[in-house]
Amino acid sequence: MKKTKPHSTVVTTLSLQDLCRFCQADEAWVMELVQHGVLEPKGNSVESWQFMGRSIVRAKKARRLNRDLGINTAGVALVLELLEERDAVLRRLAQYDGLS
Amino acid sequence: MEFKDYYDVLGVSRGADAAEIKKAFRKLARTYHPDINTGAEAEAKFKDVNEAYEVLKDPERRAAYDQLGKEPPQGSAGYSPPPGWDSGFAFSDSGGPDDAAFSEFFETLFRRDRTPRGGMGAARGADSHGRIEVAVEDAFTGATRQLSLRSPVVGPDGTVTLKNRTIAVAIPKGIGAGQHIRLAGQGEPGFGQGPAGDLFLEVSFAPHPVYRPDGRDLHLDLPIAPWEAALGGQVVMPTPGGKVDLRIPRNARTGQKMRLKGKGLPGTPAGDIYATLKIVNPKVETAQARAFFEKMSKEMPFDPRAHLGG
Repeated sequence: MKKTKPHSTVVTTLSLQDLCRFCQADEAWVMELVQHGVLEPKGNSVESWQFMGRSIVRAKKARRLNRDLGINTAGVALVLELLEERDAVLRRLAQYDGLS
Repeated sequence: MEFKDYYDVLGVSRGADAAEIKKAFRKLARTYHPDINTGAEAEAKFKDVNEAYEVLKDPERRAAYDQLGKEPPQGSAGYSPPPGWDSGFAFSDSGGPDDAAFSEFFETLFRRDRTPRGGMGAARGADSHGRIEVAVEDAFTGATRQLSLRSPVVGPDGTVTLKNRTIAVAIPKGIGAGQHIRLAGQGEPGFGQGPAGDLFLEVSFAPHPVYRPDGRDLHLDLPIAPWEAALGGQVVMPTPGGKVDLRIPRNARTGQKMRLKGKGLPGTPAGDIYATLKIVNPKVETAQARAFFEKMSKEMPFDPRAHLGG
């Protein structure tokens, strides 16, 4: 087993093309997610779009949900919102678990 | 090699029709999808379900699989398919989600017909995606961790074997859950002279006995003694970033939340630590301690149940 030197970078900002490659998706699909408000890129024009932090995670999750479960964009948008809500509730719940 | 009972995985009978199999798969995929189900076993289970469906949805693969018969009796050292089990079947290779490696059983039986790569031109290799669980402490200080990867490798004769490799991953200081670490050139090899793809690792935090991360903030329960709660004062709290002083207010209550600005995960801006106070009683074991508590019970006019009425 060969060990390679660590060479890691953190993914912070992706252009539209980068995001498409990252998610193995096409531009039309990403644009649909933007239109549904799932992704919020910075920049005024499509060419200057920059996807950061939360948008990157959401895009990847959206792609998996779409691909694995066949959920359409509106459904993905709803699922992501509900998942984020659930995670916030679970975190809150965890705060009270230790106090009893 | 371990035998996989794909019908059992999907919870259908061996005589199930295509519609039944599809329905069972969809239901299980929803239940165990790793983005939806946060349970520890969900991801492995999801992979099993996908692998089973990959075989049973395809009439050719399913027929070949049925030829294998049932699981051999227990006690035999691993499973190996009978010779010529697949004669008369031709598989079209479609690959699973992310083209990730399935079990050895699947890779050996169903993914052997891949043609070795090469040919004309050069193209970049595909990116690989994976997950890495990071300790909260590592995110504070940065660290290097070894990650084991298992990926199918196509040999010169077209056979597929699963190969383990270990790569060193630098965990950057201040990394947070949901962020991605990119390892350039660690994805799938390129075609011809093309460069290899990249490996992207989605970061999540390993469950921690003390800290509950929320973005860059960390939450924890901070035990304090009854006298610390009553009298207030400084306590020293160990954190992954070093010891910090925390001022407990007088008459502190259980459940009261203290914020330590900038003491959470590093970054710009750094996160905060939220300590929820929890008053803990000492265990009374000596006569002296008992006498002390008896004195308190006599001398302190305190009815903790006053607000219950009655």
